[in-house]
Amino acid sequence: MFLKDYISDVYNGVASLLKGMRKTGYYFTHSKEIITEQYPDNRATLKLADRFKGEVVMPHDDNNEHTCTGCTACELACPNGTIKIITKFDVTPEGKKKKAIDAFIYRLEMCTLCNLCITACPSDAIKMVPNFEHSVFDRSKLTKVLNKPGSKIKEGIE
Amino acid sequence: MYNQTEIIKDTTDLGPDGELVINMGPQHPATHGVLHLVVTLNGETIKKIEPHLGYIHRSIEKMCERLSYRQFIYVTSRMDYLSSHINNTACALLIEKGMQIEVPERAKVVRTILNELTRIASHELWIGAMAMDLGAFTPFFYAFREREMITDIMEDTCGARLTMNYIVPGGLMYDIHPNFQTKVKAFVKQFKEKVTEYEDLVTGNIIFQSRTKGVGVLTAEDAISYGCSGPVARASGVSCDMRKIAPYDAYDRVEFDEVIETAGDSFARYIVRVKEMNQSIRIIEQLIDNIPEGEFVGKTKNVLKLNKGEFYQRVETARGEFGVFIVSEGGTTPYRIKFRSPGFSNLSVLNHIAKGSKIGDLMATMGTLDLVIPDIDR
Ligand code: SF4
Ligand code: SF4
Repeated sequence: MFLKDYISDVYNGVASLLKGMRKTGYYFTHSKEIITEQYPDNRATLKLADRFKGEVVMPHDDNNEHTCTGCTACELACPNGTIKIITKFDVTPEGKKKKAIDAFIYRLEMCTLCNLCITACPSDAIKMVPNFEHSVFDRSKLTKVLNKPGSKIKEGIE
Repeated sequence: MYNQTEIIKDTTDLGPDGELVINMGPQHPATHGVLHLVVTLNGETIKKIEPHLGYIHRSIEKMCERLSYRQFIYVTSRMDYLSSHINNTACALLIEKGMQIEVPERAKVVRTILNELTRIASHELWIGAMAMDLGAFTPFFYAFREREMITDIMEDTCGARLTMNYIVPGGLMYDIHPNFQTKVKAFVKQFKEKVTEYEDLVTGNIIFQSRTKGVGVLTAEDAISYGCSGPVARASGVSCDMRKIAPYDAYDRVEFDEVIETAGDSFARYIVRVKEMNQSIRIIEQLIDNIPEGEFVGKTKNVLKLNKGEFYQRVETARGEFGVFIVSEGGTTPYRIKFRSPGFSNLSVLNHIAKGSKIGDLMATMGTLDLVIPDIDR
């Protein structure tokens, strides 16, 4: 009896191992079904999801104009003080004073990419882009000013 | 409790009766993070295990107390990062309950689908990591192949792979991606075909079976008295599925079975998780074709203020019962917030079930508890 149990144990054990090995062998001979991506060699063809939250940017149009009014809603919505908005007063041609942004300071190293600032913005002035290669040699390079130099607010945005 | 010098002393000294104290972790491949176990051994037999926490303590509860009710949700993704959707859902549900916010049907259904996808992704990762702890490297890649499809779906719809922050009080942050339904269906199809591969590779494997069967047995009484929940308790025959006991979102309208095993050993915990994945697929199949049209987020005030009082909401994460408790003074931030994490109670049972077994079995016992350290150590 003991010998019979022993032999059947060995038989079952080996059979279960071979069953697993068959799967491994299948993929060894069907290398087309393997899905590993060869980053960074595939950089040219790599396409990230369009909603991927990688970095906050402020889109500018061809006239170097953005839609940010400097309302600081995004600054208040941010949970960790990533955004700092410095405002100034522009003088319009009619001689009136108008609030505008001087600098939109964004600290990528502190950003948790939670998207709360984007949903808080009433004028769609900022958005997320799928950049993910953020490594730099100096930490100070991660503090960015998002409004481009010389840019101004688009006409008609209040 | 040991202090730092005692730990160092203990590791170099043999105790009075030949006891050896070894430190497992905080950097150990099988502790998945920074768990530190001080294991007292007699030869190869475990006499005592003391988990030491604190290496990844970020004071999340205190941090949440200065964040507004919209902001604090993203922090909870950083606790149990493998069930971040489910944690976010718990917080959103609590705020909706406290403020009587109406959640659109569409949001409820999408939340349920995403929660189940998260559960599958978490169990997939666990199976891979668990098999790797026991020395099998291949299943890891198979598990990650299917998990990758889920992270792709998450990336398309939520914009992130791990810390989504897609769920807001009142519904969802933005609508689902147009390809959401096709991608989820493709995943369901592939998963059903490929799940047999795990059976071949892991479940039926004689080495895996003999290393997990009868190892780390937890009785139903102990599971209850230690406060275990999730697959750990269900493998011991305790019915504790929050989706059944206190249904939230769309769980009250779907059919699924609560998976219960009675053996209570490591193998039973494995089986519960594999079967739970199939149940999750069942839930997704019932909902994916019936996502109602309409709004994805309900009407909410700009500034959220909870009424004065105490609020509690519990959900079923991939690891067990997760609870959020908020004491509100009526302001815009919580007065006090407390999270009940499933991992903490599940870890507390480790000493009890591993005592007396061999050190080699500790890996199997600990692995099947499915510990995520940032969840235990907030
Ligand atoms: S994504 Fe979140 S953390 Fe980053 S700037 Fe916006 S609100 Fe702040
Ligand atoms: S980015 Fe939007 S929310 Fe932020 S200051 Fe500009 S307009 Fe206001």
